[in-house]
Amino acid sequence: MEVTLNVKRFDPEAPSSTSYRQEYTLEIEDYSTVLDALIKVREEIDGSLALRCSCRAAICGSCAMRVNGHAKLVCKTKIQDVTVPERRILTVEPMGNLPVVKDLVTDMKPFWDRVRAVQPWLQPDGPEPEQEYVAPNEDMLHLTGVMGCIMCGACVSDCTVLEVDKNFLGPAALAKAYRFIADPRDAADKSRLEAYSQEGGIWDCTRCMECVEVCPKGVAPMDRIMVLRERAIDAGYNDNTGAHHTEAFIDSVEHSGRLDELRLPIRTFGILNIPALLGLLPVGLRALRRGKMPSPFHKAIPGADKVRRIFEKVEKK
Amino acid sequence: MKYAFFPGCVSRGGCPELYPAAIAVCENLGIELEEMLGAACTGAGVLQEKNQMLGDSLNARTFAMAEEMGMPIMTICSTCQGTMSQAHHRLKDQAYRAEVNEILSEEGLEYKGEVVIKHLLWILVEDIGLDNLKAKVTTPLKGLKVAPFYGCYIIRPTGALEFDKYPEREDSLEQVISALGAEVVEFEGKTKCCGFPILTINERNSLTMVANHTLDAKESGADAMVTPCPLCHLNLDGYQPKAGAQRQMQIDLPILHLPQMIGLAMGMDPKAMGLNRHIVPTAKILSQVALGG
Repeated sequence: MEVTLNVKRFDPEAPSSTSYRQEYTLEIEDYSTVLDALIKVREEIDGSLALRCSCRAAICGSCAMRVNGHAKLVCKTKIQDVTVPERRILTVEPMGNLPVVKDLVTDMKPFWDRVRAVQPWLQPDGPEPEQEYVAPNEDMLHLTGVMGCIMCGACVSDCTVLEVDKNFLGPAALAKAYRFIADPRDAADKSRLEAYSQEGGIWDCTRCMECVEVCPKGVAPMDRIMVLRERAIDAGYNDNTGAHHTEAFIDSVEHSGRLDELRLPIRTFGILNIPALLGLLPVGLRALRRGKMPSPFHKAIPGADKVRRIFEKVEKK
Repeated sequence: MKYAFFPGCVSRGGCPELYPAAIAVCENLGIELEEMLGAACTGAGVLQEKNQMLGDSLNARTFAMAEEMGMPIMTICSTCQGTMSQAHHRLKDQAYRAEVNEILSEEGLEYKGEVVIKHLLWILVEDIGLDNLKAKVTTPLKGLKVAPFYGCYIIRPTGALEFDKYPEREDSLEQVISALGAEVVEFEGKTKCCGFPILTINERNSLTMVANHTLDAKESGADAMVTPCPLCHLNLDGYQPKAGAQRQMQIDLPILHLPQMIGLAMGMDPKAMGLNRHIVPTAKILSQVALGG
């Protein structure tokens, strides 16, 4: 079949080093992957096209890039799956949120820096065991899910928070952080959770699920971040607006079956946090003027007591 | 067609204009609604951070109520929809459902696992049909350039949202915009996060997202943006002045709720649609619609 690749290119050594688009049309077997097509371009059409790949079997994590706007391992992405028969054309770009070295090759240093920042090594307590540490089978089975990460960077590429804030630890590093929190051999849970609760950590995630969607290995980084939030609150690291927000939200649903939108921000910031509450004023006044202010008389849903009973029963479990 | 209506907290709280607009539009389209007055908040993913089973139990309770009513559920909020779809997906596991049903048993409820949950957006495309929608259009939104903004929970994760079974969900909003006679404006932020979930946690990041998306849409030629999610609306409309101030500018992009856009195309009263209750004024697009582009 004939396919057209619209590739985003960038050459740092060119006189005007701005990125540009280049189209390559080629004939390729129906079952080909995007990587097959890119390699064919490099070998037969344009030797100057730079890309990174190694195993070609979705194991090494080298070939993550954006196809039609979303990060994918191009070696496991079939052209037929990302195009339609009437229009075999696709866009290929380097990963987002990482500096581009050349064409489709990104600099992974910021990725590794964030992974290093979560202290991705076991920190056991007490003297070294004299023999092998035998971890419970179910714990290790659970860990295989997150240990499946091949560090390809796809989640980092499409993270909507990293797009606006490079200070965020990001999905890959926080999934790795979870891997140690969930490891029964690790004894640094408390210090880890305290560190991950700081600005740029677990509470900065928007829960947009981009990372869950693009991860080629089913690691579901965001889901791990949500468990880290739960663990951090349980460990007592709840003196931050993120934890306050979660707790106030739950409290509202528990007591009335629905959200009390007026009190939620007040409880999140704390009634004594005058600067933050004053910051809410202009927005509140604008809402008031337009008749958009939630009622100060929060009404419970009919049968709210039944909802409360569910809270009691689940919490007992 | 009759649906168990789950309006969600925000359509009666922070976005009170959404609730009447949705009701009026459904009436016009012949969508019969029976409101689920006793249904609890979905947890919006926030409650699930602390206890997923608690969230799933609250949603299973709502599903069981809908099963008793013998109707599919209709939502008008991307976040309600996504949170329920995710719970629905997890509760397909029989052992887990039995565990959750044990919690519901005290109230005499049992979730059988057969509920259908659809956002109004999906109902328009899948149940009403775009041709029937078009037939109701009296004031085509000709010349109006509209940027679609989905809200994360109605676009991801595609598995729980059953995109494989309903591939048209992927561009349902664009299809509706076109059916109403308006022009779809493509822009990069269409399926990204509006920033609302981190508004109280990291306001700077949240506002940067608002500014990025609204400015991007505007620069791509949009006269307005439309969203099926009231939480996105709270941020994109309510915090747009503050997001603009962050860049020392006025963005001035009206943000419509999905039912408001439909109502406008069906010639309904803008005031009844609550278009006067927005933070970013909508007058500009109202005159554009009245003039036919």
